[in-house]
Amino acid sequence: MINAVGREIPQEILDATGKKVYEGAYAYDNYEYTKAAPTVHAVCDPKRSKLVENIHEALVKCGIRDGMTLSFHHHFREGDYVVNMVMEEIHNMGIKDITICASSLGKAHDPIVPYIEDGTIVGIQSSGVRGKIGEAISTGKLRDLAIMRSHGGRVRAIESGEVHIDIAFIGAPTCDEYGNMRAVGGKSDCGVLSYAMVDAEYADKVVAITDCLVPFPNIPASISMVHVDYVCVVDEIGNPAKIATGAAKPTTDVRKLMMAEYCTQFVIHTPYFKEGFSYQTGAGGASIASAISLGKIMEERGIHMGLGLGGITTPLSDLLAKGLIRKIVDTQDFDLGAIESIKNNPNHIEISASEYANPFNKGAYVNKLDFVILASLEVDVNFNCNVVVGSDGVITGAQGGHPDTAAGAKCTIVIAPLLQGRIPAICTNVTTVTTPGETVDVVITDYGIAINPRRQDLIECMKGVNLPFCTIEELRDKAYAMTGEPDPVQFGDRIVGIIEGRDGTIMDVVREIKPYEFK
Amino acid sequence: MEIKKAAMAGTLESSDAQVTVEPGSGSIDLTIESSVIHQFGRQIRATVLETLDRLEVRDAKVTVVDKGALDCTLKARVECAVYRSNDITENLPWGGVIR
Repeated sequence: MINAVGREIPQEILDATGKKVYEGAYAYDNYEYTKAAPTVHAVCDPKRSKLVENIHEALVKCGIRDGMTLSFHHHFREGDYVVNMVMEEIHNMGIKDITICASSLGKAHDPIVPYIEDGTIVGIQSSGVRGKIGEAISTGKLRDLAIMRSHGGRVRAIESGEVHIDIAFIGAPTCDEYGNMRAVGGKSDCGVLSYAMVDAEYADKVVAITDCLVPFPNIPASISMVHVDYVCVVDEIGNPAKIATGAAKPTTDVRKLMMAEYCTQFVIHTPYFKEGFSYQTGAGGASIASAISLGKIMEERGIHMGLGLGGITTPLSDLLAKGLIRKIVDTQDFDLGAIESIKNNPNHIEISASEYANPFNKGAYVNKLDFVILASLEVDVNFNCNVVVGSDGVITGAQGGHPDTAAGAKCTIVIAPLLQGRIPAICTNVTTVTTPGETVDVVITDYGIAINPRRQDLIECMKGVNLPFCTIEELRDKAYAMTGEPDPVQFGDRIVGIIEGRDGTIMDVVREIKPYEFK
Repeated sequence: MEIKKAAMAGTLESSDAQVTVEPGSGSIDLTIESSVIHQFGRQIRATVLETLDRLEVRDAKVTVVDKGALDCTLKARVECAVYRSNDITENLPWGGVIR
């Protein structure tokens, strides 16, 4: 069946998953459903301790068995040790058929690939995967379909009961013996625990894993003791050097600086750039450069940002400290400056992933965005974006909040250099659709800027603005003139994963890759 | 042209290609390894074979390790390797067989 972004979703996949095809970005507005609920065990005896000796004891007390679904968060990013230490113990115990439901997985988790190969892990549900797990899925090693969800879509899937978490393992930079978790004050600070909040509320069993046990009460807590069954103290939950690095030096790459300047000029010529506007940007070089140059114009014109949202970096935190932003609302911290800011600045607030982006709550922050500045591996002539599957067909990225913010923002801007080596970023058809083109308004490249024809209002207000506007087809043609027209990747028949829309419908499927053959 | 001895041109940097030519055993034996093989393998092979043909190389073992080079780069690396195998590094036929 062909979905609303023109992708053929095979009937076998619809039957196997019970899902429907994607019908449009807001097709589920006003959708009625009953929330799921966990099965929990009361703690009324004050003499009972939640402390366990090690991961093994936590697993035994949680009743670990074959076929369970376990959840993890990715606030420790490429410095995470929690997933590997839990999965190693599960493997040693001979447990099989586990599904991992993580907010994201990265190269730090390469060590779990042997557990995919030996059947310890049979399912992966994540924002995305990088490194060897991506290769394992793309070469057909995972038994079940991998499910890639946006950050908001993951919360929806858990709250609606589409996925039920048996045990949530929550790495906490600090924790007390009763399970109050905070993301600051320890030796592996990550700033916020936003993605893990839904896990704490909807998992049957919740295990806090910390390397910094602090006196009770550890408050204000990101995650409260009322959700926590056990507390496990380990030597290290992560590598602090990889959890949060120092602020990235502002880019000196002239190509990125030029795209950043185009972006800033575009933003300030829209009607949304006015006192109190809201804004989200990523951590890429061009996005950061654009936030810095926008900050200068805000200062000159006395315009304040009412809301800065999302993954937070030092440049945005600096604008908050200068008084140019009124509130920063935070789900992830990309560097030490952002962590210091949330520790010290009362206008820098931690929120849950549901508040951030869940399409099935009663209104998330993304719905209030004026601007979001995003990147993309590929954008096609229908403005569809691909942020998960590499141009070689291997899963190598994550949806993150890309589809959520694109759907929410009044003005969604994607910045992409026209070529990455020989790979054209603007193409006829993206390898896989992750973000539908109907939610993408502008594409900024180093060779020109294309506005989505659906946005005649933006095209109208850019008349007379001195920027290199052209059509998206012209951008593609410029790219292909340099690289040649790329051949489609030679996929195998087997479907190894699905790209889930925010609302739980199927946006696209990911097929097994096969070795390249000259024809 | 004859491939008189093994010669190499190019690097393994991103957007470049490293081309090695060696004396062949009667025909063109081409091996391609590329970071963009899925999308551009066909075009890389066509470009390398065309360039060898233009230089009238008929007997060579050619190895291309491509890191996403554009066609113009691939051509230049093949030409350079072939001329190096003949120890020709000056008075190259610019605008003639080298285009």
